[in-house]
Amino acid sequence: MPFLEFSHISKSYPGVHALSDVSFSVEKGAVHGLMGENGAGKSTMIRVLSGDQHADSGDIVIDGQFQKYASTRDAFNAGVIVIHQELQLVPELTVAENLCLGRFPANAGVIQARQMFAEVGTKLKSAGIDIDPRRKVKTLSIGERQMVEIAKAIMLDARVIALDEPTSSLSSGESEILFALIERLRAEGKVILYISHRLDEVFRLCDSLTVLRDGKLAAHHPSLENVTREQVVAEMVGRQISNVWGWRARTGGDVRLKAEGIAGDKLVQPASFEAKAGEILGFFGLIGAGRSELMRLVYGADARSGGTISVDGQAIHAVDPRQAIRAGIVLCSEDRKHDGIIQGRSLEENINISSRRHTARFGILDPRKEAEIAETFIKKLKVRTPSRKQDILNLSGGNQQKVILGRWLSEQGVRVLIVDEPTRGIDVGAKSEIYEILYQLAEQGMAIIVVSSELPEVMGICDRILVMCGGRISAHIDRDDFSERAILAAALPDKKTPDAIAS
Amino acid sequence: MTNSFKKVLLGDQGLVVIFVLAFALVSVFVPNFLTERNMLGLLQSVVTVGIVACTMMFCLAARDFDLSVGSIVAFAGMVAVMASNATGSITVGILTALLCGGAVGLINGVVIAKFRINALITTLATMQIVRGLALIASDGRAVGINDPNFYQLALSKLLGIPTPIWVLAMLFVVFGFVLNRTVFGKNTLAIGGNPEASRLAGVNVDWTRIWIFTLQGMVCAVAGILLASRITSGQPNAAIGLELSVISACVLGGVSLAGGRAAIAGVIVGVMIMGIAENVMNLLNIPAFYQYIVRGVILLLAVLLDNLRSSALGRR
Repeated sequence: MPFLEFSHISKSYPGVHALSDVSFSVEKGAVHGLMGENGAGKSTMIRVLSGDQHADSGDIVIDGQFQKYASTRDAFNAGVIVIHQELQLVPELTVAENLCLGRFPANAGVIQARQMFAEVGTKLKSAGIDIDPRRKVKTLSIGERQMVEIAKAIMLDARVIALDEPTSSLSSGESEILFALIERLRAEGKVILYISHRLDEVFRLCDSLTVLRDGKLAAHHPSLENVTREQVVAEMVGRQISNVWGWRARTGGDVRLKAEGIAGDKLVQPASFEAKAGEILGFFGLIGAGRSELMRLVYGADARSGGTISVDGQAIHAVDPRQAIRAGIVLCSEDRKHDGIIQGRSLEENINISSRRHTARFGILDPRKEAEIAETFIKKLKVRTPSRKQDILNLSGGNQQKVILGRWLSEQGVRVLIVDEPTRGIDVGAKSEIYEILYQLAEQGMAIIVVSSELPEVMGICDRILVMCGGRISAHIDRDDFSERAILAAALPDKKTPDAIAS
Repeated sequence: MTNSFKKVLLGDQGLVVIFVLAFALVSVFVPNFLTERNMLGLLQSVVTVGIVACTMMFCLAARDFDLSVGSIVAFAGMVAVMASNATGSITVGILTALLCGGAVGLINGVVIAKFRINALITTLATMQIVRGLALIASDGRAVGINDPNFYQLALSKLLGIPTPIWVLAMLFVVFGFVLNRTVFGKNTLAIGGNPEASRLAGVNVDWTRIWIFTLQGMVCAVAGILLASRITSGQPNAAIGLELSVISACVLGGVSLAGGRAAIAGVIVGVMIMGIAENVMNLLNIPAFYQYIVRGVILLLAVLLDNLRSSALGRR
């Protein structure tokens, strides 16, 4: 008998059927993958499970008991814990305090600190998590914080643990520790719902798999034997994607962007590079290698302490983003939520925010032109939205990314497009569409710089790769010489064998 | 039936609907409310709050805050009277007051935008400094107006309606247009929605914020001049607590304190609801002490309604 069962779950938001008649079940002691493109209904599913949202119809059954949640508290009491992408820990408190929050071992209101640290210490050790309970959470790495979240679930005797994109901000070493922990939880008979975009992880960890598409059940695999990755991708997008990258030969032109001796706080030595018209130049490196920092310096988002930049042979004096934009250099930031979208404002406004300096006269907007521009790019970039007036927050990550691209494409005369992590948190189908947009722009003569920490991505779409390591450019590799080994060797700080990580 | 009613209340125009309903009810049940005299009195009474709310809306929409408005109103009124008396020219008085108000706003803006000091703290400081300046300049006493023409600013009428009401209406139109139809207005909303993303999108964030505060200072000066004219003197203690009424009216009108959301229609309704509540309580002879409670309750209800509306939209 299945331990966790969803039966005929439906949920609508105004104008959207987020879930329609979804049923599937998970056995005890299983890691169950939940996959689907952004907007397929995974997040809604998790919200319904956690009691955050009420299903319009359908039931959740846990261990034979029908669950009627009125709130997240009820879900919590039923043993359901959801670990979100944004972690919910208090940075100023210690690990132990975070884990005991709400149930401090107290005597007449005074926290029994020694008892608390001892208890938490034992629990952490028995779960195989090597973190000092006395450390403040703000001193932990993101990977360690994730462990603490999971430890919280363990301490609360969770029966069902849902992990939403747990590895999206972890290094590969940290991911390994996480996987070991998940294996242990499985052995203890917990039910784990594992939501991820990453096929490799899902195939490695999961016992069974459910694929959602457009709010409907696209496939349910009780076992992953005889299931291929291509098959799952096809189930996710509803069509066969033969080649995600779709690289095609381009002819590079003259040098468009020339950056010389760019220096700033996070770079250990000044960096110089060139990007040609019509080429896609990749910047690869591990997290903290200085790629995003270098791009922010070029764009003027952070103050440079030295260096010169020229576009098409003309030196430009750009010390802030406004001047960079006027010189034809634009940047799509890595952190879309913090640095990209304007929350609470419409698609139309998000697209026009910069380019309206061309359409406005004497500071007064031209609403007709703005609407026209918004419609043009919604169509051109295939943004899926009910209307241009939609709040950008209601779009999926891929569509938000397209809106940001639209913002820059509506600027006249962009010559250098820098895209930092173009497809982070974006599903397979939308990825191909975004790559295609980049190819077309390159073919029109733009110089495109792609910053990514996904090796297959840079190798898949770029014509040339610059590798960064420890705050400096460590290698320059042409497409003919692309190899995982060479690129990783240049990206690793202490010249460890790349095989350890490539595997 | 109840469902569609709920939909209307929680929709974008919910507050307007409530306002219309309340207005109709009050017109029917409160004697002497719907008379020409009372209507003009009501509008006169909201002039100061309404004028300042125009720019406070921008301030809040950009995620900022301005506590110094009450002090600037008093200070600018003071300056207008004293400069007019000294030079014998009302025009010079008015210009000096606008300049002084703008200068205080400019200082607020520069400190907040360039030195990155929290707006609440900055304007808390200037609120006290400016009030102090007004008290020092007048030695703590009211300053009488020499030229009787100064009274005409508030007393004169056009088409039977007093000038201050025309000024208020004009400012509502102008700032409504600025918010919705100009680059400045859209940039203000964008900054409130996400300041860092706006900067990276090429919006001149610092410049926009400085302008918002400078405009706020100048608009406060307009309110201060009209107020001085109406009370026939420059009063250093005028408009104490004005900042709270203005912010209440804006919030009542659906302006989000978290930034990024504002509409002039909402602000007008917010200002009018506050004014009507006070007017009705006066007509019904409710003692002033109780009026505080009613005002507080109205504000709480409005915020609760706003909260319900946001969750109905599925946004959190």
